[in-house]
Amino acid sequence: MTEAAAPKKAKPPAEKTPPPPVVGPVSGLEKLIKAGSFVVTAELGPPKGLDLEAIHKKVGILKGWVDAANVTDNQTAVVRVSSIATAAIMVQQGLEPVMQMVARDRNRIAIQSDMLGATALGIRNVLCLSGDHQTFGSEPGAANVYDVDSIQMLGILKGMRDDAKFAGGTDVEGGRPPLFLGAAWSPDADPAEVRTLRLAKKVRAGAQFVQTQCIFDLAAFKLEMKKAGDMGLLDKLAVLPGIIPLKSAGMAKFMRKNVAGISIPEDVVKRMEGNKDGKEEGTRLAVETIQAVREIPGVRGVHIMAIEWESKVADIVARAGLKKGPGA
Amino acid sequence: MAESTSHAAPQGPKPTPKDQGPQAARPKPAPEPTTNNQEPTTASSPFEPRLVAFLCHYCAFAAADMAGSMRLQYPPNVRNIRLPCTGKLDAGQLLRAFEEGADGVMVAGCEEGSCHFLKGNLVAKSRVKWVKTLLAQVGIEPERLHMYNLSSAMGPRWAAIVQEMVERVRGLGPSPVRGGVSATTSSKAGRVGDGGGQAAGSIKSEATK
Amino acid sequence: MIVGEQKPFEQIVKLIERYKRILVAGCGTCVSVCFAGGEKEAGILASMLRLEAQKNGRPLEVLEQTVKRQCDREFLEEMATKVGQVDAVLSIACGCGIQFMAERFQDKIVLPGLNTRFIGVTLEQGEWAERCAMCGDCILDRTGGICPVARCAKRLHNGPCGGSSGGKCEVGKDRDCGWALIVQRLQKLGELDRYSEILPPRNWTTSRDGGQRKVVREDLKEQGRIEPR
Repeated sequence: MTEAAAPKKAKPPAEKTPPPPVVGPVSGLEKLIKAGSFVVTAELGPPKGLDLEAIHKKVGILKGWVDAANVTDNQTAVVRVSSIATAAIMVQQGLEPVMQMVARDRNRIAIQSDMLGATALGIRNVLCLSGDHQTFGSEPGAANVYDVDSIQMLGILKGMRDDAKFAGGTDVEGGRPPLFLGAAWSPDADPAEVRTLRLAKKVRAGAQFVQTQCIFDLAAFKLEMKKAGDMGLLDKLAVLPGIIPLKSAGMAKFMRKNVAGISIPEDVVKRMEGNKDGKEEGTRLAVETIQAVREIPGVRGVHIMAIEWESKVADIVARAGLKKGPGA
Repeated sequence: MAESTSHAAPQGPKPTPKDQGPQAARPKPAPEPTTNNQEPTTASSPFEPRLVAFLCHYCAFAAADMAGSMRLQYPPNVRNIRLPCTGKLDAGQLLRAFEEGADGVMVAGCEEGSCHFLKGNLVAKSRVKWVKTLLAQVGIEPERLHMYNLSSAMGPRWAAIVQEMVERVRGLGPSPVRGGVSATTSSKAGRVGDGGGQAAGSIKSEATK
Repeated sequence: MIVGEQKPFEQIVKLIERYKRILVAGCGTCVSVCFAGGEKEAGILASMLRLEAQKNGRPLEVLEQTVKRQCDREFLEEMATKVGQVDAVLSIACGCGIQFMAERFQDKIVLPGLNTRFIGVTLEQGEWAERCAMCGDCILDRTGGICPVARCAKRLHNGPCGGSSGGKCEVGKDRDCGWALIVQRLQKLGELDRYSEILPPRNWTTSRDGGQRKVVREDLKEQGRIEPR
C-alpha cells in the first residue's frame, strides 16, 4: 500500500513561516482534565428538523451540570441537524461542545475542511468515530464513504494541528486548528484480544481522551484499565467511562442482547428486577457506578449517555456529588 | 438429454391426442405435441390434458412397465420419457415441455433415500421446486408441474398418480401456452384467455444448439 | 470469478417489450460457473421469455447463443450472424461482456439481463461470497490474508469498528466481521504484532476513485500488427 497520495507539485516552501504551534489547553474540557478535575460530559442529539428550540432546551437542561456535551453526528445514520451547526449554536449559548465526526459521511477533503470550519466557529473538542452503518438509518440506500477510518482521521487531524500539514502533504496556512482530540473505546467489545491494542493505536494516532461504551461490568472494566495502564496508555490519555442510566430490567436485557460491545452482568439485571421503580434503581446504579469508576486509576471523568432522557443527567450528577448545578 | 426418446407406457393405453381430429395419426409418441394443431376447445370436445412424464429408469419407469404388465387401466394422456435418473433433469427441459405444449409435467423418481445415484432424486426435487417459481413468473400455474416418488414395484401407484395428475391438470384447464410456443415470428399472434390457445405457429425452437 | 445474478424476470420482460426478435447471449466463463449467465441459463431464460410472450399473446422470437467469453473480441465474432438477425441482444454476461458486445455491434441495442455482483468465491454449491473489492493495491500481507476493503462493511483499515459482536458484522448476522477474522488469523499465525501497525490513509487512485482503469503490457502487444480494415 502506498502512502497517501503526495501532492503532484509540492512547491519548495518559499520562505513561508509555518503557523505558530498550538500550545496549552485549547478547550475548557482539556483545561479541566489537565488540571486534574473529574469531568462530566453528556450527550446532546440534534433534532431531525429545524427545531432549534429543542437544541436550546437541551442546552438549558445540561448547562451547569456538565463540563461539555457531545453532539452526535447523524447518530444511527439518521439525518439530523449537522453536528458542526449544533455545536456552533452550543458555543453561542455557552455550553461547550464535543463535536462528533464520523468517517461514514466524509472523505478526507471534507473532514479537513469541516474541521477548519468548525474550529473557526469556536469548536475545540472533536470525537473521531467510524459511525454506524448507513443501512440502519433513515437513508439505507446511501453510499458510505469510509475514505479513512476513525484512527486515520485522528492522525490527519493531529497532523493538521501538530505539523501544520494536511493529509496530502500540503501546508496548513495561516493558523493551525486548535483541537482536543477524542475517540471512542469499547472495553467490552469483540474480539477481546485487541480491545487494548486498538486503544493503543488510537492513542498513537492522536487521541487525547476517550469516552467508552457504557460500563456495567466493573470487574471487566478494571481489568481492561489495568491492561491499558500496563501498556503505558493512561499517562497520555483521559478515560471517561460511559454511564447509561437504565430504566428497567427489560432495557438491560434488550441492551445486552442487541447492543454490541456492552456487557451487563446478571446481578445488574437481577437488581433491576428487584425494584418496581426501575428508573429510580437505574439512577441509583448509575450513581454507584460513577462512584466506583472514580476510584479506578486513569479514569478522569464520566460520560453520561441518558438516551432521550437528558433531564436525568442533572439528577445523576447531583446525586453523585459531582456538581451543584448552574450558578453554583 | 440423453434419453429424450419417449416411451409410452409399454403395455398401457396408447397416448391418443384426444383433442385432435381422428386424422391426427401420430407418427411416433414424441414429447412434442404435433405441430399445427388447431384445437378449438369447444363444449363438444372436452379438454383432455396432455402430460409429459420424466421417469427414472430405476424406479418409476419400471413401475410404469409393471402397470402395463398388470394391465392396469390409467388415462392415456401421458407421454413418458425415460431418464437415467431424475437428477439428469434440468430446468430447461422442464420448461421446454411447456414450450412444446404440455398441459402438465410429471417428474417421477425413486423414493427418497433409495436413489440409484444416491441423491439424484433430491437434486430433482429442489430443481422442480425452483422451476415451479419460474413457471409462476411466466404466468403458468406451478401446480402443472409435480414430482412423485415411487419404487419399481409400485405399478398400481403409477396408475394412480397418473390418474391424480390428469385430474389435477384437468381441473386447471388447458395450459395458457397450449399449442406450443412459436420460435418464429411468422404468423403468430396467439390470443390470450381463450383457453385453447390460438397459436398456430411452428413449435420448432431455435433453442437447439 | 465474477459473480452475477440474473435480473428479476419481470424486469427483463420490460426491457425487451418493444422488440420482436431478440438474442439471449450467454457467456461461458465466470457467470457460467455461478449459474447465472451460461449456456443453460440462456436456454432457461429464452424458454421463459417465449412462454411469457405466448401466454400474453405477444409475438416474440427468441434466439440463443453462448460463447466462451463476451469480454474477448474473438469470441464475440462468433455471434455476428445471430446478432444480425435480431432487433436487440439481451446479454447475460457480466457488465464487461454486455458493454463489449455493444462496442462490437455498434448499431445493435444491447440490453443487460444480469446484475454483476462481485468478485468472489464458491463457498459451497449454490453459495458465493465476495472476497476482493479490486482496490488495485493489495494489503493482504498486513491483514492475515483477509481483505478489510472487501470484507468490512466500512472498509476500515484499522478495525474492528465496535459494532461487531460474536464475530459477526453489525450489518447482518449472516456475515462474518472481517476484522474478527483478521485478528483470529493473525493470532493463529503468531503475527498479532502486525495488528498494532496503524495502516495509513490509502491512496485510492488505484481504485475506481482514480478514474477508469487500464492495464497495458507493451511486451504482449502484437508487434508490427497490420490493422484489419
